[in-house]
Amino acid sequence: MIFSHDVVIVGAGGAGLMAALYAKEGGADVAVVSKLHPLRSHTGAAQGGIGAALGNEEEDNWLWHTFDTVKGSDYLGDQDAIEIMCKDAPRTIIELEHYGVPFSRNKQGKISQRRFGGHTRNFGEAAVRRACHAADRTGHAIMHTLYDQCTRQGVRFYDEYQVLDLIMTPDGACNGAVAYEILTGEVHTFHSKIVCMATGGYGRAFKTTSNAHAGTGDGLAMVLRNGLPLEDMEFVQFHPTGLYRLGILITEGARGEGGILRNNDGERFMERYAPTVKDLAPRDLVSQCMYKEIRAGRGINGKEHLYLDMTHVGEEVLLKKLPEITIFSRTYMGVDPITEPIPVAPTCHYAMGGIPTNFNSQVETGNREAIVPGLYAAGECACVSVHGANRLGTNSLLDLVVFGRRAGMAMAQEIEERRRERKLPLPDAPEKRTRDMLEAILSRTEGEPVVNVRTDLQQSMMDNVSVFRNDETLSTAVADMEGLRQRARNVVVRDKGKAFNTELMDAVEIDFMVDYAEAIAAGAHHRTESRGAHSREDYDKRNDDEWLKHTIYQSDCEGNFEFSYKDVVITRFQPKERKY
Amino acid sequence: MKLTVKIKRYNPEKDTAPHWQSYEVPAEPLDSALALLLHIKWHIDGTLTFRKSCAHGICGSDAMQINGENKLACSILVQDIVKGDGDTITFAPLPGSPVIKDLVIDQTRFFEKYRAVMPWLINNTPPPEKERIQSPEDFDLIEDATKCIMCGACTHSCPSTWADPDYLGPAAMLKAYRYTLDTRDEGSDERLGVVDSKEGLWKCYTIFNCVQACPKEIDITRWLSALKRKSVTARL
Ligand SMILES: Cc1cc2nc3c(=O)[nH]c(=O)nc-3n(C[C@H](O)[C@H](O)[C@H](O)COP(=O)(O)OP(=O)(O)OC[C@H]3O[C@@H](n4cnc5c(N)ncnc54)[C@H](O)[C@@H]3O)c2cc1C
Ligand code: FES
Repeated sequence: MIFSHDVVIVGAGGAGLMAALYAKEGGADVAVVSKLHPLRSHTGAAQGGIGAALGNEEEDNWLWHTFDTVKGSDYLGDQDAIEIMCKDAPRTIIELEHYGVPFSRNKQGKISQRRFGGHTRNFGEAAVRRACHAADRTGHAIMHTLYDQCTRQGVRFYDEYQVLDLIMTPDGACNGAVAYEILTGEVHTFHSKIVCMATGGYGRAFKTTSNAHAGTGDGLAMVLRNGLPLEDMEFVQFHPTGLYRLGILITEGARGEGGILRNNDGERFMERYAPTVKDLAPRDLVSQCMYKEIRAGRGINGKEHLYLDMTHVGEEVLLKKLPEITIFSRTYMGVDPITEPIPVAPTCHYAMGGIPTNFNSQVETGNREAIVPGLYAAGECACVSVHGANRLGTNSLLDLVVFGRRAGMAMAQEIEERRRERKLPLPDAPEKRTRDMLEAILSRTEGEPVVNVRTDLQQSMMDNVSVFRNDETLSTAVADMEGLRQRARNVVVRDKGKAFNTELMDAVEIDFMVDYAEAIAAGAHHRTESRGAHSREDYDKRNDDEWLKHTIYQSDCEGNFEFSYKDVVITRFQPKERKY
Repeated sequence: MKLTVKIKRYNPEKDTAPHWQSYEVPAEPLDSALALLLHIKWHIDGTLTFRKSCAHGICGSDAMQINGENKLACSILVQDIVKGDGDTITFAPLPGSPVIKDLVIDQTRFFEKYRAVMPWLINNTPPPEKERIQSPEDFDLIEDATKCIMCGACTHSCPSTWADPDYLGPAAMLKAYRYTLDTRDEGSDERLGVVDSKEGLWKCYTIFNCVQACPKEIDITRWLSALKRKSVTARL
């Protein structure tokens, strides 16, 4: 079937919903196509908070927020974009509040704010309360409210439709997408003037992750396969406090409320590494320090984890402000944080890199001048870049709503301008590539199951491309991808049916996964310096002379890739050594 | 340990009626029930079908009947449901909605009911420049209800829903409560117009199944009772 809309938004997390609201309010005919029901999107898992210099608890200033974000990004973030985001943050939060988001309140009845890693007052003096939150279910509160608002506005949703390809015209414009309807197994064409990618992160490419099973980065692979680039893929955030072995997140808000990381000697080791902000140092630094402690033999009882100690924080704060993580620790670890320390280790959490976009969330071709007509991207799959080499906590939700909104407004405006134009004609057989791919999987009777390939890919990424990297591990990972690609293209599925065939989608996802995992590994190999979350043991210093630039990765998805570069925008804050 | 996992299976392309199928699955006490299903799907039988995503009880994908009770598969551990080696765990789809395949149900009606209650903040007074003020006490009134993940465990545990498919059911009415009791909301007349009805609040006979089923431990019946009181006073 061919569905026709002005705007097709792929993904219904915070970014997709916000973009949909604004595009719809701006008069466009919008369809949101999502492989999950919108409410199942991983934005709902965001716990700790959303950053904005509201100053509800103490003096704060958007410029301080800007500085913290720039410094947190290890100076790789584009300062013009960061400034837009931080300046717009207070307005954005108020707008969310007016939409009905149930934020936790302080005594004055204003939105409650708490401390978070890397957020400081007066350019690094001390931690500041900037994270607006709804207990420790902030993403859930925001996403449900946005969905409620979209429902009110009558946004058209195509739930459980998995997009598998973009449709591009011979001139390189995007005018639609191809989707697989999970319920029926039908392949459909969405014909539109604009497509906006909001497909979220890819944590599932790593063995241990805080991301959902659906976090398979499909959007990134689709972009690559259509000859478009990805930016800064080597920067992968490991969050310091995942539940040991499971990777389930314990929000940084736990340390914001006073939690302390301890090693086997009971020592508050972050004091040694970041004397000013200690446990509230940014994530790249804390995760690296945790591994240093573990390598120095100070993991708990010789194991690869440390303790997050909340016992002094008190039952009241835990139950009122951190109820979800209290339950997670009890349920999954059998540990009661009120009385016992929580075993934690870094977990793959967030993709700083992604589809290069400008401030209006239009996708760029790799340099700042040229955009891909008809293609937008927002949220975790996009790279504006506000997070540079390391994202600060609370800045992703902010990124979703600020740049999701900008995408929505820009798309509505573009539709208005193109009101009299027809949609660019569809190419012949736009679904062919997708149908061939599905048919190939379904007709294969011999091969290995998806799980084997996925497990090996996740293990390779974890062993070779996680917190510490070097030439040897990265060469291994890049080399591994070749074999994994062949294997991913030869998996066999048992389910040959049309109805709700999720095994078939697993097979597609692993094939996608190789393409962007290669981008991550190759990018990390290519960047011979350490910056933010990218920490090379063989090049352990930041090298601004050679590497103060974004990497742009392009690939034929057959193992041939190349890099080019884009300058970093520096406005107010000249790169300095990063100390906390 | 090894467990026997019995699953109520149904493939619309092959079966005329559901049937039970058993698998032997290795398990650890701290494994989630979802991990058992994933083990089967990934290693034994790829045709087994269920929804899942977050794997830690926040996305609401995997509500199903486990040993006869509505649970989120990801949020219940093997040690909570079996005594030891050789025990059996049964999985079935949530009761009361059409089954699409295996453990996947059709949630169309469930979300229609959600939409029916006007699940959004209604406030036509121009907002202040800053946030609308809400005291922590007023926030406390709705906080429990805002925890809802719309997994459907409650509505699909409710005898009134089973008996009358048109009954709004606890999840939708909890949503109505969450907005109606929000001090920032001005839409209670409109919303109560929907829930103060034969297919609404008055079909809730406080059986408490929903409270029992809710994986987020929301005190649903309490809030629905409060909504009943609100609708009675509104009528006066
Ligand atoms: C546990 C956890 C806690 C976090 N806490 C915080 C926090 O406190 N503060 C903060 O700022 N950030 C936090 N983050 C980060 C933040 O939540 C995410 O970066 C953000 O929610 C991503 O939103 P998104 O809209 O880009 O994508 P998602 O919410 O992941 O949504 C992706 C959407 O794309 C759809 N999709 C994907 N592929 C396809 C396809 N092929 N076809 C169709 N649809 C597709 C999915 O169905 C889904 O609707 C947290 C992240 C995690 C994992
Ligand atoms: S998988 Fe998300 S609630 Fe269980």
